[in-house]
Amino acid sequence: MSDVSTSTDDPGTGEEVAGEAPTGSGSILWVTLLRIVGALGVPIVGFFLLWATFDYLKNEDANRGLVVVVAIIVGAGGVFVLFWAMDRVVDLLPERFAEGVRPYVFVGPALVILAVFLVYPVINTLLISFKDANSDSFVGLENYKFVFTDSDMLTAIRNTAGWIIVVPFFGVGIGLAFATLADRLRRGEAVAKSMIFLPMAISFAGASVVWNFIYSFRPEGFGSNIGLLNGIMVGLGQNPVSWLDQQPWNNLMLMVIMVWMQTGFAMVVLSASIKAIPEEIIEAARIDGASEMQVFRRIIVPSILPTIAVVTTYMVINAMKVFDIVFVMGNAELRGTVVIAERMITWFFIRNHNGRASAIAVVLFVAIVPVMIWNIRRFREQEATR
Amino acid sequence: MSVGVESPPIRPVAGAAPPREEPIGIRRGGWFVRITVLVIVLVWLIPTIGVLVSSFRQEELVDTTGWWTAIPHLFDVSEWTLENYSLALDTGGFGNAFLNSLAVAIPSTVIPITIAAFAAYAFSWMEFRGRYVLFVVVVGLLVVPLQMALIPILRLYTQGASLYGRQLFPDLDLGGTFLGVWLAHTGFGLPLAVYLLRNYIGSLPSSIIESAKIDGADHFTIFWRLIVPLSVPALAAFAIFQFLWVWNDLLVAYVFLGGTSELRVLTIALQDLVGARGENWHLLTAAAFISMSLPLAVFFSLQKYFVRGLTAGSVKG
Repeated sequence: MSDVSTSTDDPGTGEEVAGEAPTGSGSILWVTLLRIVGALGVPIVGFFLLWATFDYLKNEDANRGLVVVVAIIVGAGGVFVLFWAMDRVVDLLPERFAEGVRPYVFVGPALVILAVFLVYPVINTLLISFKDANSDSFVGLENYKFVFTDSDMLTAIRNTAGWIIVVPFFGVGIGLAFATLADRLRRGEAVAKSMIFLPMAISFAGASVVWNFIYSFRPEGFGSNIGLLNGIMVGLGQNPVSWLDQQPWNNLMLMVIMVWMQTGFAMVVLSASIKAIPEEIIEAARIDGASEMQVFRRIIVPSILPTIAVVTTYMVINAMKVFDIVFVMGNAELRGTVVIAERMITWFFIRNHNGRASAIAVVLFVAIVPVMIWNIRRFREQEATR
Repeated sequence: MSVGVESPPIRPVAGAAPPREEPIGIRRGGWFVRITVLVIVLVWLIPTIGVLVSSFRQEELVDTTGWWTAIPHLFDVSEWTLENYSLALDTGGFGNAFLNSLAVAIPSTVIPITIAAFAAYAFSWMEFRGRYVLFVVVVGLLVVPLQMALIPILRLYTQGASLYGRQLFPDLDLGGTFLGVWLAHTGFGLPLAVYLLRNYIGSLPSSIIESAKIDGADHFTIFWRLIVPLSVPALAAFAIFQFLWVWNDLLVAYVFLGGTSELRVLTIALQDLVGARGENWHLLTAAAFISMSLPLAVFFSLQKYFVRGLTAGSVKG
């Protein structure tokens, strides 16, 4: 942590230290109370302001365009104005309170929102995972038993394991190969890298549409095949194939979509770290007679190993949580392409079983936590050495 | 520990040939390298090109012949049409969905950044009890995956919260409202935003903040006049990441906003169209491009920040 706190030795704000110091039990109580009020002020006032605005708009039956414009103005500008207003209110407090309360006005809204939107839900989800479909009564470990015995769930766990292995492997592999090769181009490196990176900007839903166009299949008699793969098959004189129904290979077809989307990310990050390797080291090896393959294996890969680790974990986490691709491509159960995150939404939204959905979420959470902690650690190390 | 001050020396922008000495022989720019790169680029582009080409073809042609058959007639104007786009925007409801996506994405980006910037400033430059512990808690929340929060928040929105039959939190009827989605995105985006901005703001030199204080500036003035302008790179990087994340999100929108034709965002509209009976290929392709247009514009115009934001975003839970 690189922060150097300045307020203690600063004459201008000497007061705020006084505000922090216990000057009497009465004033401690006051300051604490004011701090709580200060922390809650922005979120609560802001919330009701926004709420009232939209309630009004709903009643007015305003057109979409207006709602959108108001939404953007109130939503985007309103929060800042509220912070400003709360800061003015703190200015009105007696000086010895003001500086003790002010930090809580700044930091409070974030803490309140996090408490409501992350801390409370985690506890609640844990609790619900031990309850029945409508969360009325406790059922013990019933839902967890379901998670590890239901046949679709088992398929989902197996498929997700496949995603975790295949997507990072090919994403990082192709990304690394491309970054290394593109580094050797005389011209056009930037353009080539942009093209690989481009799918990263697209949504999973958009990507699914794009790939539907590759995998599209029509049986004979239902028109000509307009999917690229089947176009090639027909061109080669073969029968068209219903790609997305070929179990278990259809899982692989969906993984290809994610590899297509995320290779660019791996490539850009790896490329940056390849460029950071001192040129002298590589030149020295070449002069000593190392082949290009040896340079790659003995120098480039070991030098960027930490970056490879970070990129791989990032892709592992993303693969664990994959939902959109499977969901948009549809028919997951029939095709045997179910994955854990998709099961959770299916049980929550379509089958309305809170208990099972929560248990699935908890399992996902437990699986992600260690990877994520490791990832944050590595990220911090990387940031620190930059 | 700073994001954005010196982000990796990435140069995906045009004209970025590294100013290195030319090594010996075929190593640099050999035919093998060039052909391999070209092949990978082509493979990567083909799916998008297919959709792009199809989106300008006439309905019956899209439906009966492969898009590649249109390539020979590239300059034959009568082959092409904008009909698909106007259809998708109008009757397909994608114009409306585009507006909704904007209404979701812009506040969902600005609100968390504003709140996180204030918090990051307080964590870096204000003195208060529990400062370090609270910051560690915020960073710790990075590990919580979205899925963990969906059910309780939706229940909070539609039923309120109660304990042993007592209503603790009122039923606010936030399911299917923009406000509900903004707040959800704000909550999910905050840990990363606070973490990144705290790293950046905390690494600004303390001398400038001290001298501002000596000149009589209060915390709000320092924040607004000094910290925010100095933090533009970090703010921009996070803003782009969050904006694209929200724009491309299907899960949160699906859960909290739902799929009614009035409220649905682009990703949901696309999903509906994919799932709908009958293959509306001509609509689908145009719609896909409508949904990609903004991210691609952001991508090409703000590439530098975009890469930074994504790199930083790799720790999002």
